Amino acid sequence: MAQKNEDSLVIGGHEFTSRFILGSGKYSLELIKAAVEDAGAQMVTVAVRRANTKEHENILDYIPSGVTLLPNTSGARTADEAVRIARLARELGCGDFVKIEIMRDTKYLLPDNAETIKATEQLAKEGFIVMPYMYPDLNVARDLASAGAAAVMPLAAPIGSNKGLVTKEFIQILIDEIDLPIIVDAGIGSPAQACEAMQMGAAAVMANTALATAGNLPLMASAFRDAIAAGRKAYRAGLGRVLRRGAEASDPLTGFLHD
Amino acid sequence: MNTDENDFLIDSGKLSAAALAKKHRLEHDPSCRRDPMEYFPEMEQIDSDVRERVITAMDDYDESRYTAVDVRRALDHEHCSIEDFKALLSTAAAPFLEEMAQRARSETSRHFGNTVYLFTPLYIANYCENYCVYCGFNCYNDIDRLQLTPEGIAHEMKVIADSGMEEILILTGESRTKSDVEYIGTACKLARKYFKNVGLEVYPMNTDDYRYLHECGADYVTVFQETYDLKKYETLHLLGHKRVWPYRFEAQERALRAGMRGVGFSALLGLSDYHKDALATALHVYYLQRRYPQAEFSLSCPRLRPIINNEKINPRDVSERVLCQILCAYRIFLPYVGITVSSRETAKFRNGIARICATKISAGVSTGIGDHEEKYTGQETGETGDAQFEIADTRSIANMYGDMASEGLQPVLNDYLYV
Repeated sequence: MAQKNEDSLVIGGHEFTSRFILGSGKYSLELIKAAVEDAGAQMVTVAVRRANTKEHENILDYIPSGVTLLPNTSGARTADEAVRIARLARELGCGDFVKIEIMRDTKYLLPDNAETIKATEQLAKEGFIVMPYMYPDLNVARDLASAGAAAVMPLAAPIGSNKGLVTKEFIQILIDEIDLPIIVDAGIGSPAQACEAMQMGAAAVMANTALATAGNLPLMASAFRDAIAAGRKAYRAGLGRVLRRGAEASDPLTGFLHD
Repeated sequence: MNTDENDFLIDSGKLSAAALAKKHRLEHDPSCRRDPMEYFPEMEQIDSDVRERVITAMDDYDESRYTAVDVRRALDHEHCSIEDFKALLSTAAAPFLEEMAQRARSETSRHFGNTVYLFTPLYIANYCENYCVYCGFNCYNDIDRLQLTPEGIAHEMKVIADSGMEEILILTGESRTKSDVEYIGTACKLARKYFKNVGLEVYPMNTDDYRYLHECGADYVTVFQETYDLKKYETLHLLGHKRVWPYRFEAQERALRAGMRGVGFSALLGLSDYHKDALATALHVYYLQRRYPQAEFSLSCPRLRPIINNEKINPRDVSERVLCQILCAYRIFLPYVGITVSSRETAKFRNGIARICATKISAGVSTGIGDHEEKYTGQETGETGDAQFEIADTRSIANMYGDMASEGLQPVLNDYLYV
């Protein structure tokens, strides 16, 4: 384990210095290593169904050693299916982390919050470090925390859309109210958007499509790394005052009060 | 552009006088044919409005009404509406093909990255009880018929699995007598031992049958409607269960009700007006998706090909450019669906289309029965059955893998779990 860092991200007792979680599913296998290195990522997601393959070119073989695997349950339509996929991930040697993804809609791939709570509860009981992907809803986030989630991963926008922080106000509420790392997942399309999420107080950002659709993938990975680090620094520094549009009244409204 | 009608009718010298007389009656006397809207008694009828919605939209569609202005508007919209899709399928969109391809590519990459899935079809029997005039398996065509035994199926599967393939599509001719549901179930169970992903392209069946085959390990069902134009359909599918047009239309819905994860669709391009058939195919997916949002959907795009005993069959006005336009329009309208391009198309076309919008490509293909070992290893293996149609791309799995990678794509052999 790395030397204790004053600003490390801790998930399920594991410490990370990087706050950038990288997807692996949408680009060429030989680019994964460069992307991980240039992103400075310490955690990479892998679809269990994609890793569920024979020997030839298994995606797991392309993920550099020393990186924490975050297997996801994509393809699950119910809590029960997600639980079974998570168990298979463990059997495949992917470790104890699991990102729950449950979708009952193949068009928008929006997560099913109710089923996600059920799966979180079961998998946390089985000793997994559970990171549920969810639609940002405060009540659901609280239920996930009670169910034993190690972090909560709200979506910023529909997956693959690169639209940025469409759900910003609701993610802010989760950041303010939930005592778990809030990791912004899905929809982040540019380093600027990732930076903004971090400035808001997000614990980390996850991206895949934004890199996969970039002209130069490793360079974009590095841009995300810098933006995420900058956003984190800004959050820790405390953002300065930003004046609203229009000047404030020069005569204070409360000037008439004399003690 | 070739707009001549195909001449499908071929007489085999081996037919008896009575059989020949019946064949000719079916071909030339519509009054002796069954009503294509009438279900056989054993066929399940489901309550669904999808067919009516699709056919109403198709009947209303007049592609000649759309202009360059409509196409421009469609391409400027972030979300492609049904009206936009109709414009993209129209003749007016032809000059916009490159722009459509760019847009399609961007949609594909957002949803699928640069991945392309490889699979192979396995025909286990070519017996057929239908008379579909354009098909090599039709019951009047003089071909070598064969049905693999379970041992034969296992042998073929092993040969294919040894080549590295992890996804198999099991096909039969449409004979429920010869290839009953139990036989297909046996094939599915065997396939689960050799492959991660098992799909079916067999005759349409009832929900209970699909449920059984799902339990046997199949999770995807593909049924080609061939043409959504009922009047045309009736003149091409002259005999057998396949003649019942609505039962075929509802096959995917029955499969989804039975718990299958995904369903595939297609018109056979070249049979009828491709604008209308492409519209109906995509709307078939669109309306079913609204009812079954959890399901996975895929589109194929076969064009007519020559068959044994009829070398002249061709896709008429559906040129490669037209096919590309249709596929780009599919992708822009339905960005989330899989698009499969079969070995009916040439290697050059498939390489190109995989960079634009195809997400699934077959490799190591034979449309005959029991000849994989011979094709894969050069070793003669005895009795084989004739092919359904001539293929145009004969690349092996290894070659396809390499060629896709050199197009900048990531070939994927499996991204699926049976749960």
